[in-house]
Amino acid sequence: MPDTTSLIRPLVTLRGVEKRYRNGTLAVRGVDLAIGQGEFVSLLGPSGCGKSTLLRIIAGLIDASAGTIEWPSAMHDARGRPERSIGFVFQEPTLMPWAGALANVMLPLRLAGVPKSEAADRAATALAAVGLAGFEKAYPRALSGGMKMRVSIARALVTKPRILLMDEPFAALDEITRFKLNNDLLELWERERFTTIFVTHSVFESVYLSQRIVVMAARPGRVVHDIPIEDPYPRGESFRTSAEYAAQCRVVSRALSEAMAA
Amino acid sequence: MSNEPPIPNADPRYFGLTADGWARVLAPLLVGLLALGAWEWAVRANDVPSYILPGPVEVWNTLLRDWHTLSVSLGITLQITFAALLVAAVLGLLLAVLFAQSRVVELSLFPYAVILQVTPIVAIAPLIIIWVNDVRIALLICAWIVAFFPILSNTTIGLNSADHNLLDLFRLYGATRWQVLTRLRLPTAMPFFLAGLKISGGLALIGAIVAEFVAGTGGSASGLAYRILEAGYQLQIPRMFAALLLVSATGIAIFLVMTLISHLALRSWHESAMTREKG
Repeated sequence: MPDTTSLIRPLVTLRGVEKRYRNGTLAVRGVDLAIGQGEFVSLLGPSGCGKSTLLRIIAGLIDASAGTIEWPSAMHDARGRPERSIGFVFQEPTLMPWAGALANVMLPLRLAGVPKSEAADRAATALAAVGLAGFEKAYPRALSGGMKMRVSIARALVTKPRILLMDEPFAALDEITRFKLNNDLLELWERERFTTIFVTHSVFESVYLSQRIVVMAARPGRVVHDIPIEDPYPRGESFRTSAEYAAQCRVVSRALSEAMAA
Repeated sequence: MSNEPPIPNADPRYFGLTADGWARVLAPLLVGLLALGAWEWAVRANDVPSYILPGPVEVWNTLLRDWHTLSVSLGITLQITFAALLVAAVLGLLLAVLFAQSRVVELSLFPYAVILQVTPIVAIAPLIIIWVNDVRIALLICAWIVAFFPILSNTTIGLNSADHNLLDLFRLYGATRWQVLTRLRLPTAMPFFLAGLKISGGLALIGAIVAEFVAGTGGSASGLAYRILEAGYQLQIPRMFAALLLVSATGIAIFLVMTLISHLALRSWHESAMTREKG
């Protein structure tokens, strides 16, 4: 599989995207990026490189100061943004503490006016897909960090979004939990092939998960490398211990060091 | 591991309470009994006349003897207190919701809520009693003024403390203002509102008592404060103590009821209502 970007129809295309905050900080500058349909792309870079900002711009949570973000016209709402077809996973699980796991996952559907019983059925399916069948009534405080993150992923996927945006979702978890969630996320992605943009500061995580790694540099935030990872899926523990994986990690590490020196 | 759910308390229980629980109940009770005993002894040993300081036994006997009059007064004070608390809760909540919807409304009205709060109720109670014909309504307004602010201010803070990521999430899914209010801001504000209600419960009683003192209404429709005043004029000090005892007991009861309501409403999810293992 050569350069993936030229083969796959882009789902979202960023052209000359720039974000300047009101205090004058230039968070990102001149970002041109096309994300293909069904692609798993990681945004990798040091803190302050604007990767989270870029993700929020794509989500429509903040507006770009300059440049355009283009979606296929079939997905537009009145404001030209993809309508309710985005799933977003924050670094924190961001669950409502007063609601059980099922009610938390039902939220996007209920906000869209889906009737309660239908929403409950679909939310239960989504919870089961992340391995949390039987925890429907559990309150967030009774769940471990990894389980809370699973609820958060189920909530993001319950609307069957075209694109899943993840902002360092596993950064606060211990390594064993993180490996497990990496595998389970990949399994879900291989089954459904939702387009995924995964923000991380871990070289190892990005190589393990992605088809493509976009390396960013800071001050101002910009894209400096675009590295394809062509190893086939499914990628299990054997891939994590392979020489091929180690070699890819070295390549990406070097690109990241360059980015940080630039 | 800190991520595990808390382990339920496994200490042995005696008659439904743990050793720690019994100590918590018995220790203050013992202190109270000792103090009452010392008081009774001091009054008897020094032959203190009851118009100066009655002993606890005499106060208790007076409470039983005058229960008919005192219970009617207690009922009236309770009515005013709870009516004021209810109005304070409803108006406080509604105004806080209004504040949360518009920064301009909050900025223009909040200072006046503060003025209402800092003006001593004793100073404005006479005016209110002159302006309002119905004494009960006047008393209710006084108690409401005192009870209103903690609910308003707490609920306003609560409505504004919604998690920013959750707010972003609601925006991402195109939630309406109403959905953000009912599904996010109000549940977030719930613990704050209940904390305000707990403070306001005691304040409503104080407001009602203070206003009754100022109004000094006689006749059948008078609350506990008037009974205290009346007993003072007539040098019936034991009855004064009996009325005072009822006021304190009422205050404690209100506090306990509010604590129970708060616990029942929050026990499933909020940190303040959790039972935790002590390390």
